[in-house]
Amino acid sequence: MWKRDEAVKPTGQTAGTPAPAPAAAVPPAAPSAVRPDASASPRRDVVNIGKSVVIKGELNGSEDLTIEGHVEGKIELRDHVLTIGPNGKIKAELFAKSVIVLGEVIGNVTASEKVDIRDNGSVDGDIVSPRVAIAEGAHFRGSVDMQRGAGKQAAPARTESKPVPAQPQQQQQGQQKVGV
Amino acid sequence: MPPPFFSNSQGSGVAEESGRGLTGFLSRLGGRRGADGTAESPAIDDRGADQAGPVYGTKALRKFLSMLSTREAPVLLDLGPVIGPNLNFFGESLGCKVFIEDLFTDVERHARAGTLADLPANFESRLTQADNSVDGILAWDLIDYLDVPAAQALATQLTRLLRVDGALLAFFNATQVRSDEPRHYTKYVVVDDNTLRHRQYPGSRARQRVFQNRDIIRLFEGLRVSDSFLLQTNIREILFRKPAYLSGQ
Repeated sequence: MWKRDEAVKPTGQTAGTPAPAPAAAVPPAAPSAVRPDASASPRRDVVNIGKSVVIKGELNGSEDLTIEGHVEGKIELRDHVLTIGPNGKIKAELFAKSVIVLGEVIGNVTASEKVDIRDNGSVDGDIVSPRVAIAEGAHFRGSVDMQRGAGKQAAPARTESKPVPAQPQQQQQGQQKVGV
Repeated sequence: MPPPFFSNSQGSGVAEESGRGLTGFLSRLGGRRGADGTAESPAIDDRGADQAGPVYGTKALRKFLSMLSTREAPVLLDLGPVIGPNLNFFGESLGCKVFIEDLFTDVERHARAGTLADLPANFESRLTQADNSVDGILAWDLIDYLDVPAAQALATQLTRLLRVDGALLAFFNATQVRSDEPRHYTKYVVVDDNTLRHRQYPGSRARQRVFQNRDIIRLFEGLRVSDSFLLQTNIREILFRKPAYLSGQ
């Protein structure tokens, strides 16, 4: 028994914890701008861009993204949810499945499913999306085209385009908690 | 302070709100849940904006809509603040491309800054849409809040934007302006073809004057009055059309 205890002590680990030692050591030391969101559900990848980050150029991705920083250029997340957090300031063209705006956007927004401008969110630009939600207290200046966006849903008739976005909406609601 | 769902319903004449008793309480709870975005939502919503304010009939809106429905992919210019249900109504139901140019904000900004004399110049450069590019314009009661030079500048711009046979809907209050005229603006929420919900919100500018019919016709020289209704609320709803013979085309 004594020999067995001494063998455990040098590792410095408590009983029951696995040993992901090398990975755990890196994140606290490096203040990375892009980091996985801790509150995200394990099924969906969500990435945050922190408020001290400034990006100029084109941003492409294949996972949900929350931006709290400044971005100028173009953001493209064709099949994913883009959330502009309350601190986010965007001067860019946005393309995503769904766009949730709590911060400030100057530029055109195109979403294949839904654009959601929350309270205190601001959009100066043209919106193309089959569904648009604008909260009381949100700012919007520009145009809204809901039919062109609906056409991209492969539903030629107006009435048929309505049910299409309803199903992925549930996914988006889970995502909204991340950005807020 | 009691929670909001215990307070009396605001406004007057809003009959459809179930505000009392257990049923009302539960329905309000349900409403709050919807406002958090966890319940299903319409294609456009502005989260409760359509829930408050009295409802009034409208005569001219239906005619305005019937004009829009004859156009393919009509372009609509809304000079009021952005209202979710209206975007839903015009954007999804009617298939309009909707431009939101909230000129009440401009009026308010200039009123607060004491630069109302600059409003005419502001209007001349503010609306950047191309000539003859808009099928319908919702001016609401904006002109009631303007001085004559600003009203004239705005009317000239709106006439420029409107397509031939396009329509402009404007409201003019017929009641005399009092010295203690309340300082607020009104959001007009489309409930249906015949009904508007009036939602007042605070501002620093009051109605300025009663425009006589002849003054209104002079303002919109390039348009012709196609319909005019005096409602029991003393609001004159005037529908203008842009005839080809006045458009120079």
